[in-house]
Amino acid sequence: MTLILAEMAYWQETSIRLLVGLAAVLLPAGTLVYLFLFKMMSFMQSRLGPMEAGPYGSMQLLAEVGKFLQKEDLVPRAADRIVFKLAPFVVLISTFLLVLVIPAGPDLWFIDVDTGIFLALAVSSISVIGILMAGWASASKYSLMGALRATGQLIAYELPLVLAVVGVVIQAGTLNVQNIVMAQATGEIFGYGGIGNPFIFTQFVGFAIFLIAVQAELTQPPFDMPVAESELVTGYLTEYSGLRFLMFFIGEFATAGIFSALAATLFLGGWYVPGLDPTDGLFNVIGPAVLFAKMLLVAFLIFWFRFTYPRFREDQLQKLAWKVLIPLSLINIVITGVLKVVF
Amino acid sequence: MNLLAQVNDFNPLLSSEVVVAQNIAFTILAAIMLVSAVRLVTTRNVVHAALYLVLVLAGAAGIFILLGAEFVGVTQIMVYIGAIVVLFLFGIMLTRGALGTEEEGNKEPRLMASLVAGLLVVVMGGALIDTFGDAELLRSAPSTTADISDSIFSQYIVPFEATSVLLLAALIGAIVVARKD
Repeated sequence: MTLILAEMAYWQETSIRLLVGLAAVLLPAGTLVYLFLFKMMSFMQSRLGPMEAGPYGSMQLLAEVGKFLQKEDLVPRAADRIVFKLAPFVVLISTFLLVLVIPAGPDLWFIDVDTGIFLALAVSSISVIGILMAGWASASKYSLMGALRATGQLIAYELPLVLAVVGVVIQAGTLNVQNIVMAQATGEIFGYGGIGNPFIFTQFVGFAIFLIAVQAELTQPPFDMPVAESELVTGYLTEYSGLRFLMFFIGEFATAGIFSALAATLFLGGWYVPGLDPTDGLFNVIGPAVLFAKMLLVAFLIFWFRFTYPRFREDQLQKLAWKVLIPLSLINIVITGVLKVVF
Repeated sequence: MNLLAQVNDFNPLLSSEVVVAQNIAFTILAAIMLVSAVRLVTTRNVVHAALYLVLVLAGAAGIFILLGAEFVGVTQIMVYIGAIVVLFLFGIMLTRGALGTEEEGNKEPRLMASLVAGLLVVVMGGALIDTFGDAELLRSAPSTTADISDSIFSQYIVPFEATSVLLLAALIGAIVVARKD
């Protein structure tokens, strides 16, 4: 992107980044909803899913968005109007900030920052505030319970999420996401550099913990206690309708896409494919497609778990985080650190 | 590469243009922070107060980034906004219950609180001015994460470890106090 943007004024560069960023958030979200939520789940349950709108129901998304846009934007009478209306924006801000750190090629990035992955993990925690705002401002018991459950869960699973990434950071020796990709592209496995060194081999424990923690951060089944429909209607989303409900929905699936892309970048080598020179300009063209394919692969795993496992109980959920995942990721960090010093 | 340096391709920290932009950004952030800080202590609604606190802390993070201390700014977001305010909100909602049930705060602690706050301003301000005076920030070199970790784990290793032990002690103490059995 810098190559093209070098000659542009700041405002031109910024508007292009804005549009690309918007596409980078919305396209994966739409693809995930259609491919996995509509079609894969249907096939797993021996049904066809949406078939009416467009060929194989491919226009269903547009129909859904049109439906949500027409609905009335309801605010409960007892609600705190301003906080209630702001909450979905806070969730979306977190999603949009998250996409900034993921590079899609050697010169294709929004921001190439020193703190990289740390920045991503920091801004991902902002969404909790949006959820708490939504739950409290709705003035409804179900919403409040849902928000409290969501917060308890997100606090518990943010730790393993961060600790799982620490292993990768130790191995790559940098927080910068672009350099993490380069470290994987130029790495060697026992002196063989043919396929680089995707960190999924050395950091498999980290990868597994990262995926489980992401699943919980997204409040997807089997971690969907906050929106458990049999107990809480839909938790903190109960009082939302129309456009604002749609924003929460987009936020959820866009975040699923971005976390998948982040996992693909950290553990599967990002935009790099083995056999080519990682500084090759070719990657500026095929990089986004490679990253998108790897993202779909990780997202497939996430949604496979989502459609397969039944919901956890609250105590099982907390036990899994504090007694299994966090000790495991700490052991992973210690082993990675020792091996890093030895080799 | 630094967040601040994304603004322009040439060395931005030495260019006067960026210093102007920095000053404008600082003014906007400072205005937001001041208004939020005043609302934070004057609002009657305790959840609103916590949300204004988010704005103040986000402004502080923005100012750290403007000064080239990117790691500190991001840590500010991670620790204060992502963890501490969330725990505040969690605690408030867990103990106060649903919207519309909160009672008015009584006036008595206000006097004590403003006394403590005034004392804190004097002590902190005195300490900061006494230590730094009119020393200027090194504009040519924004601090990188590597620099910070190098200084924490070599020069300041003893204070760093002492702080860690102190925090651990506080954590264990809180659990001991809270547990009944």
